[in-house]
Amino acid sequence: MISSIFSQLFQTLLIVMLAPLLLGWVNQCRAWLQNKRGAGVLQPYRILHKLFHKDAVLADNASSLFRSAPYVQFACMVLVASIVPIVATDLPFAAAADVIALVGLFALARLFAALAAMDVGTAFGSMGARREMLVASLAEPALLMVLFTPALIAHSTSLTTIVEALAHREFVLYPSLAFAAVAFAMVALAENARIPVDNPATHLELTMIHEAMILEYSARHLALIEWASAIKLSNYSAIGIALFLPWGIAGTGDLGAVPLALAVLFVKLLLGGAGLALLETLSAKLRIFRAPEFLGTAFLLAVLGMLLLEL
Amino acid sequence: MDSLTAILFGLLPIDVMLGVILFWVTLGLLGLIAPHHMRFIGHILFPLGAAGGLILAGAGFAAMGARPETAVLALGLPDLPFHMRLDALSAFFLVLLGAASAGISIYSAGYFREGEEPAPGVYGLQYHVFLAAMAVVMLADDAYLFMVAWETMALSSYFLVTSKHKIPEIRRAGFLYLLIAHLGAIGILLCFGVMQGGHGDYTFAAMRASHLDEFWASVTFLLALFGFGAKAGILPLHVWLPEAHPAAPSPVSALMSGVMLKTAIYGLLRVTFGLLQTQFSWWGVVALLLGLLTALFGVMFAAVQTDMKRLLAYSSIENIGIILVGIGLTLIFHAYALGPLAALALAATLYHCINHAFFKSLLFLVTGTVLHSTKERSLGKLGGLIRNMPWVAWLALIGTIAIAGLPPLNGFVSEWLLLQAFLATPSLPSSYLSMLVPVEAAAVVLAIALAGYVMVKFYGVIFLGRPREEKLATAHDANWLERLGLGWLALGCVALGLAPVFVLTQLDHVTRLLTGYTVGVSAAQSGWLFVVATSLERASYSPALFLLGIVTMLLLVFVLVRKRYHGRVRRGPAWDCGYARQTARMQDTAEGFGQPIKQIFEPFFRIERQMPSPFDEHPRYQGKAEDKLWYALYLPIARLVERLSLRISTLQHGRIHIYLLYSFVTLLFLLLFTR
Repeated sequence: MISSIFSQLFQTLLIVMLAPLLLGWVNQCRAWLQNKRGAGVLQPYRILHKLFHKDAVLADNASSLFRSAPYVQFACMVLVASIVPIVATDLPFAAAADVIALVGLFALARLFAALAAMDVGTAFGSMGARREMLVASLAEPALLMVLFTPALIAHSTSLTTIVEALAHREFVLYPSLAFAAVAFAMVALAENARIPVDNPATHLELTMIHEAMILEYSARHLALIEWASAIKLSNYSAIGIALFLPWGIAGTGDLGAVPLALAVLFVKLLLGGAGLALLETLSAKLRIFRAPEFLGTAFLLAVLGMLLLEL
Repeated sequence: MDSLTAILFGLLPIDVMLGVILFWVTLGLLGLIAPHHMRFIGHILFPLGAAGGLILAGAGFAAMGARPETAVLALGLPDLPFHMRLDALSAFFLVLLGAASAGISIYSAGYFREGEEPAPGVYGLQYHVFLAAMAVVMLADDAYLFMVAWETMALSSYFLVTSKHKIPEIRRAGFLYLLIAHLGAIGILLCFGVMQGGHGDYTFAAMRASHLDEFWASVTFLLALFGFGAKAGILPLHVWLPEAHPAAPSPVSALMSGVMLKTAIYGLLRVTFGLLQTQFSWWGVVALLLGLLTALFGVMFAAVQTDMKRLLAYSSIENIGIILVGIGLTLIFHAYALGPLAALALAATLYHCINHAFFKSLLFLVTGTVLHSTKERSLGKLGGLIRNMPWVAWLALIGTIAIAGLPPLNGFVSEWLLLQAFLATPSLPSSYLSMLVPVEAAAVVLAIALAGYVMVKFYGVIFLGRPREEKLATAHDANWLERLGLGWLALGCVALGLAPVFVLTQLDHVTRLLTGYTVGVSAAQSGWLFVVATSLERASYSPALFLLGIVTMLLLVFVLVRKRYHGRVRRGPAWDCGYARQTARMQDTAEGFGQPIKQIFEPFFRIERQMPSPFDEHPRYQGKAEDKLWYALYLPIARLVERLSLRISTLQHGRIHIYLLYSFVTLLFLLLFTR
């Protein structure tokens, strides 16, 4: 019991605390690929630290919904972090929410983000909210379909059970998982506001999606949102690892495997982050109305993967 | 005193219900004493009606676990007295009716305004007769009483819809509603006719006992699907919903959308599972496909609406689609003798019915308050109401989260259960079905995700941002009776979301009755905290822990940020990338918010665009997205009917001897048959 609670706290804190590091690593890799020196992997921490110290400036007409939304987003992302197994499958809280609830948590955070963006009533805020909801409402079904494929293999929608089943049963190659993995990568890019759907580094007003939503935020609210997006990126990486590269994650009650699992996790994340940076450097941002095609492809790939399973 | 308690506690639930029905009718009639006395009707009659609703819900709750009760009233036709029967299925829908109508009635109590049409007394009569008729529909145990109650329901709601009958559009909307309601009634009548199988016995007991072969059973099912589908708003019989709901006063829209649509679902379940003995899997496929089309159609059209009540009406179509998908899945599993899965799908369906009753009523009532305080229904002229109407706005947020299907509120639970049922399809023996169903699941998930988009539009455009018109600055919040009604419905959304195990154990009585299996018992095995689909390893979800987690994290983060850093705030003008001259008209309008959907799903709409030429002095741009079915199906039929009736009208001369001749010929013709 105590060891499970410890395992729960450890894994959640690990994701929450190291999320900015992963973001820093991706940014650093991208800088290297673009032949720049980069700000170092610790830069996101410095930015958060700076933002937390500043005085918050709110628009005159901002309501309490606007002020509470960053906290809700942050809480949702931490909750997601607490149900995704990254080091060990011993997660007592994971019984409270399965993969469908996980998608629901992402959606809840997004709903608050979009509503908060509309709250001040600026042109860019509502434009960002509309685009974000559009991308999300096409990405969400694709994500659920991606998650259903391993769920059908493992006969369970609980993430810990899926990982147990995929990592610790005999090794079987499922072609449908390959489809699901490609679809998942596409959805993850869209949901995390990365190129080719959105550009996290953009400040060109008319192309923004996620950045347009948070234009009115400053100081600690902005810090919480930035941190929440960093955790979201880590969560998506963790889900991807758990579903498609689960080897190395320690089983329940297997404490001896934890150090190895940690080491394997770091290697996977380093490679994944570098891969993301490479992908972002090589591709260009899509026009906003090409995004539905991109997500439609992901959706169809995911459905195909599920159908292959039925054959 | 003892005898009084004996009488009170000796009463059967069905007696209590008959009492409530009578009480409602009496309340309605009492309103005619002083039809213009707002105090008397608003502060006495309607709260009493709400209490009646609560008693009805309580009696229904008591009856769910009990044995079926019957009653025969000394009314009706000479050899066909009114039969009534209260079983778990009726009881569940009566709980839904009572609980939702309690909130709507108490809200109605505060809804009257001086000098508004119709007179409160007249409205109260129609309203309470409507309630009573819906209760009788759910209790009826013979086709005659059912049809009488069904028609009373249709007529009383017609008068409620057309209560502002001086406006021509409202009269048109009412006519369309009445027309489709009667088309449906014909279907239901024929369906009962087929089921009595030539024996002439119209009691449901006789129908239950008779066995129909596959052909006639299927005919019955299709007729029921048509008849009840017209009332529920299943494609392509949905056209009345977006017309009638905006026309009706908001409490009536709430009652029609939240409760009356469910009477149609009740009827469909009653005929399919209660009266027919065998079910076939292809019925399920039909229901599944129709439900899917309805859901996707509803949500797409909801996304492009600019009238807030029309938007909600289309969203009701979407929800009915999802409910029909659930019924379809139940039928498929049931036909393949996969009892536990059929029970799971049915539980999801029923759960969604009661969820929809609560959140849709809540949102319709919210539009009522917005309408009263702003006199504006168009989304393009609202905005920023959260600052003047905080009560309504925050209660509406609960409804928005619930209807968007987000945890930890109620909409998520039923969608979770439905998706779990979808995930169980690999156990189907038919490979064709197990290929089809995942595709269906994908489309249902798309509909659910788009519903989130629609609800952000609904909430964001009405309550957030800056007021788009100056008059909105004087908007006032709901009065205390309205708040009470809204609060009751919002509480229902939260309670249904947080206590799924309790709800499922109650739903077990219904699923046991219809499919012979239960889900709640297995759900309860892992404790009240966790709801599980079939087993704990398979899937579990705990809304209470979920909420606890979110709230703890919120407080923790808040306290940590305050403690470690500070809570200082300054106010300033909005930044908006340094753009200095911002006006409220630069925000996204309802059209703007719906535009991406219009563009992506363009083939599904009939889009009319009016583009100004470059040299236009007063340029005017208009883009209208309309229902293709209206032009492809309804208008041709209407033209055909007109042409036929023109032909037939040549028979009409207005001369009495020719009419006498017609009578004579008819008589001869009939004599030929009877010999």
